[in-house]
Amino acid sequence: MSVDQETIAESISALPLPRKVMDNLTHELKNVKVTKRQFDEILKRTAATYDYSRIEAGEAAGVVSAQSIGEPGTQMTMRTFHYAGVAEINVTLGLPRLIEIVDARKNPSTPMMTIFLEKDYAFDRDKARELAWKIEATYITVLGSMSTDITEMKLIIELNKKSLLQRNMTTKEVADKIEEELGVSSEIEEDVLIMRPEESSYRQLLQLVKSVQSVILKGIKGIKRVVIRKEESGEYVLYTEGSALKEVLAIDGVDATRTRTNNISEIFEVMGIEAARASLIHEATETLKEQGLTVDVRHIMLVADIMTVDGDVKPIGRHGISGEKASVLARAAFEVTVSHLLDSGLGGDVDELRGVTENVIVGQPIRLGTGNVKLIAKKPVKGE
Amino acid sequence: MVIATPKRIKQIKFGLISPKEFRKMSVTRVITADTYDDDGFPIEMGLMDTKLGVIDPGLRCKTCGGRAGECPGHFGHIELVAPVIHVGFAKLIRKVLRATCRNCGALLLAPDEKKKYVEQIKTLKKMGQSTEDIVNDVFKEARKAGKCQYCGEEQQEIKFEKPTTYIENEHKLMPTDIRSRLEKMTETDIEVIGMDPQNARPEWIVLTVLPVPPVTMRPSITLESGQRSEDDLTHKLVDIIRINQRFQENREAGAPQLIIEDLWELLQYHVTTFIDNAVSGVPPARHRSGRPLKTLSQRLKGKEGRFRGSLSGKRVNFSARTVISPDPNLRIFEVGVPLEVAKELTITMNITPRNLEEVKEYVRRGPENHPGANYIVRADGRRVKITDKNCGELADMVELGWKVDRQIKDGDVVLFNRQPSLHRMSIMAHEIKVLPNKTFRLNPAVCPPYNADFDGDEMNLHVPQTEEARAEAKILMHVQENILSPRFGGPIIGGIHDHISGLFLLTNAKDKINKNDALELLGKSEIRELSEPAGKENGEPYWTGKQIFSQILPKELNLQFKAEICEHCDVCKGVDCENDAYVVIKDGVLEKGSIDEKAIGAFKSVILDKLMKEFNPQIACKFIDDATRLSVRGIMRKGFSFGIDDEYIPIDAQTQINEVMTQAKDKVEKLIAAYKAGELEQLPGRTLTETLEMEIMKELSKARDTTGDIAGRHLGMDNSAVIMAKSGARGSMLNLTQMAACVGQQAVRGERIKRGYAGRTLSHFGRGDLGAEAHGFVRASYKSGLSPTEYFFHAIGGREGLVDTAVRTSQSGYLQRRLVNALQDLEVQYDGTVRDTRKMIIQFKYGEDGINPMNSDFSKPDAVKRIIDSVVGKVKE
Repeated sequence: MSVDQETIAESISALPLPRKVMDNLTHELKNVKVTKRQFDEILKRTAATYDYSRIEAGEAAGVVSAQSIGEPGTQMTMRTFHYAGVAEINVTLGLPRLIEIVDARKNPSTPMMTIFLEKDYAFDRDKARELAWKIEATYITVLGSMSTDITEMKLIIELNKKSLLQRNMTTKEVADKIEEELGVSSEIEEDVLIMRPEESSYRQLLQLVKSVQSVILKGIKGIKRVVIRKEESGEYVLYTEGSALKEVLAIDGVDATRTRTNNISEIFEVMGIEAARASLIHEATETLKEQGLTVDVRHIMLVADIMTVDGDVKPIGRHGISGEKASVLARAAFEVTVSHLLDSGLGGDVDELRGVTENVIVGQPIRLGTGNVKLIAKKPVKGE
Repeated sequence: MVIATPKRIKQIKFGLISPKEFRKMSVTRVITADTYDDDGFPIEMGLMDTKLGVIDPGLRCKTCGGRAGECPGHFGHIELVAPVIHVGFAKLIRKVLRATCRNCGALLLAPDEKKKYVEQIKTLKKMGQSTEDIVNDVFKEARKAGKCQYCGEEQQEIKFEKPTTYIENEHKLMPTDIRSRLEKMTETDIEVIGMDPQNARPEWIVLTVLPVPPVTMRPSITLESGQRSEDDLTHKLVDIIRINQRFQENREAGAPQLIIEDLWELLQYHVTTFIDNAVSGVPPARHRSGRPLKTLSQRLKGKEGRFRGSLSGKRVNFSARTVISPDPNLRIFEVGVPLEVAKELTITMNITPRNLEEVKEYVRRGPENHPGANYIVRADGRRVKITDKNCGELADMVELGWKVDRQIKDGDVVLFNRQPSLHRMSIMAHEIKVLPNKTFRLNPAVCPPYNADFDGDEMNLHVPQTEEARAEAKILMHVQENILSPRFGGPIIGGIHDHISGLFLLTNAKDKINKNDALELLGKSEIRELSEPAGKENGEPYWTGKQIFSQILPKELNLQFKAEICEHCDVCKGVDCENDAYVVIKDGVLEKGSIDEKAIGAFKSVILDKLMKEFNPQIACKFIDDATRLSVRGIMRKGFSFGIDDEYIPIDAQTQINEVMTQAKDKVEKLIAAYKAGELEQLPGRTLTETLEMEIMKELSKARDTTGDIAGRHLGMDNSAVIMAKSGARGSMLNLTQMAACVGQQAVRGERIKRGYAGRTLSHFGRGDLGAEAHGFVRASYKSGLSPTEYFFHAIGGREGLVDTAVRTSQSGYLQRRLVNALQDLEVQYDGTVRDTRKMIIQFKYGEDGINPMNSDFSKPDAVKRIIDSVVGKVKE
């Protein structure tokens, strides 16, 4: 007499277990026939194991997490540049990247995006390429060569037919785009554009060259290069150097559910704090994994959580979490000692001595772990 | 009798001190700049007045009557002739001056606005958050007003010149003017600028009275010559008093305004440097020798400052430090302590009726007879040193209520630590074993958590002094409680180096071990019975290495896994593995497979992981003990060494290697030719030169790997280096390749070596030579020896590694400090949430599932599967 799947699912979902464990349990029990007694025994043991595996109250979870992430730092490489799967794109990895993540830098040193495509596009090389050209910022220099004619004070742009075709642009489009951006019209002679500066001076001509060079003819600003790669699953994925999440997500054919950037502050701006937290965890985990170091996600989660509790991505350090602590002594003991002391005097601040450093400083037991237990044996008073 | 609860400082309030209050708490006014008279006695009302506390032995403090050491010291004061500005608040004064009316002193904001700001500040303070942003807004808004809305006064631009000069309308504002303006501020206005009017009135930041720190804070030192050398602070105070006096004399004499102003500025300078001697724009005050003085701010700041150096980190007694060395015969939770150290370190015993006799014995043994005692503390608190002479006498005198400092002995719990203490396993509790010689001894299996080796490392030992501390150490910090790392939930303590090679040799070989050898191998492992012999040879029974190893496994252990030597074949043959790489342990018997890093190594051990999670720490601990003992005997049975001859490669292999090298060289040359001819196919997103570099690097590293394979084929499993590399004991096949076959490309920043002379790396090569040798390819092996140019390139590559390590340690150290500082106050609460000191919730449930990372296996599918299997297997109906 075995227990049917329904009762199994029912009784499992009623248990106070983490979701993942419940899923595992349901999944594993699918292929096994168990009797009622066995099933009860399994549930009992699972509950007991869960109880044993749980973190104890009073655990200094913060310090353990900080150490678990900091300690492997000593074993990481310093080499800034490495190749992340795609040989063409440089990505900061190792210790510098970890520091970057923890610092919550607004602009990472090597912004990069991984753009996934929607089904209709993902398996079609041509469509993927088309999207790639839509995304990559195209400047005049890749489409043709520029030269100046000083005697006539004009700028001559010779466009390359092949490049134009590749990017699906026409000479007219190029000319229009330049006019739109700079307000300078040009004469079109087949594949040659001729432009004249407003004022016929050498300086103005050079100025014009510079501004024409900086016009984005097609694509998204900030994305310097797009590389298309066929993944093992057969789908095409775009990797970009430079990042512009908001603009990329707006493009048709981009799978907004999977596309990501390594710029955390950008994710925060576009998708909000929960996404930023998830991205912090993802980036830190990947950085550590790439170095061959195993760190439990729970530690990284805690760091990500403290960085994002206030609804803003705050760095770890004197400009962020450590600088905003409630305790004057803790702040003074970390960095910029004197100014914290002076400011606390002005505000008439009170240090409640709740944290670790404060209590170490005044020389009394800290209130974490075994110091958290507030129980004192009371002996009966004599004669009472 | 009620047991008194220990007193606890509940809070510390910060504030500014008012001149009035200060005069009240000052014990004396200081008027003379002199310190001591001709007889060497402190001068009254001088800087060393005995009212301020005493530092000379023999003298008594006139304020509290305490002797040197007892008297904490008392503040005095100097009456400044004219007020001066406190540098630390100079910027604040600028802001306040600009934000208040020059006539009536009112904050230049509308009343309702003030109200709004005060409320915001109050809520922020209640939540324990910084009010900085709001206060800055207040100053910004108030500055905009051109006219006072209360008295109608036209406001003027105030210029601020660092560090302490304020100019209004080309007219210098004297501290007296500033002070009188600040005095006019009302209490409500003070609150709006984020200050606390009860504890910090703005005019108090313009000093009229200067505190004189107690003598105990600035002790003078008597040099060998009998000359007194004063503290930096005292020097600075002398300067201040001198100028103060001169100022007063000049003013009384009616000196011209110019001179008065000069003196005023000088006084300001001295007070400024007394507070902070590193203000930008102020030349630091110097000692006669030219060394800048260390004044108040300098004492607090930085790593060696008061906060980080003396308050957060403290020096302790009851500790020892010496060199460490290995001893595999110790248990992992033991530490060998030199007798000399054990005689010096003590534990205080309170004498009770229960231990009276025991204590008497310790005292009787005296300080020289090892587990003896060093001191007796009598009931009245008097300390008596126990000597060889008085020990017998003292032993008879010992009575209840006394305390005895007993020397530490075998079994006492101590804390053992190696810096840098990067994680909690860097400090663990060990049990003492008193041993001869002068080093701390530890089982090499505990090296990984400490990250220790024996090339001269030193470690620290601390003796917990209270019963509570010892209990905590034993329960929470004991080595066996720390076998699993909370970082990834795997074992961090385990076999290293020879432990792995030793057990590998024992379990991988097919040799037959006779009874004598078997007993010898297991001699130290408390094994009472041998299993059935594997067979008989010449009438004598023999055992296999696997059987011997099985003896130390717990009987209920069942495991199957792939060993480190597994070659990851496409189709795993499982139990029938030819390399003996599939380990099967059934009911505590090693049936198949070799024991290597995967089985017992630190960080990787599958066996230890299982023992910790499904058995208990004691069993795991016992297993490591036995494994280390067995392994050293196992390795000694065969003998294991490595020398230059082990790098020898037969001639035909050498020719093969040479061939590969020549081919690689040809290919590189072809690439270069193609590049020069412009025929090289460019990689997308790379320049032509970059493409060439990448192709060459790829080609050369391929060549190096091929030579390595050739060498590896000729150096079989009978080679010690191969055994070590394959079993994971030490080194890698790459190391062996470099020693025997080819060192390979030397790189700087991941590229071939490019810098050097114009157009070439060294003058040995032609300009523009792109070939392999010219850019740091080392064709030779370490055994064959490097050519001069190769040697040079090798040094370049090696130097990069050194620089890298140096930079990394400082960077990761700072990262660690920041992380710990940011997270240290977080604690898991009884309700399962993680909260900070303000009781603000950081996580609703720790790690989203409340599971301890140390037991994180539970969240993996395997955990439930194991439970199901064990239940279905056992409970049958």
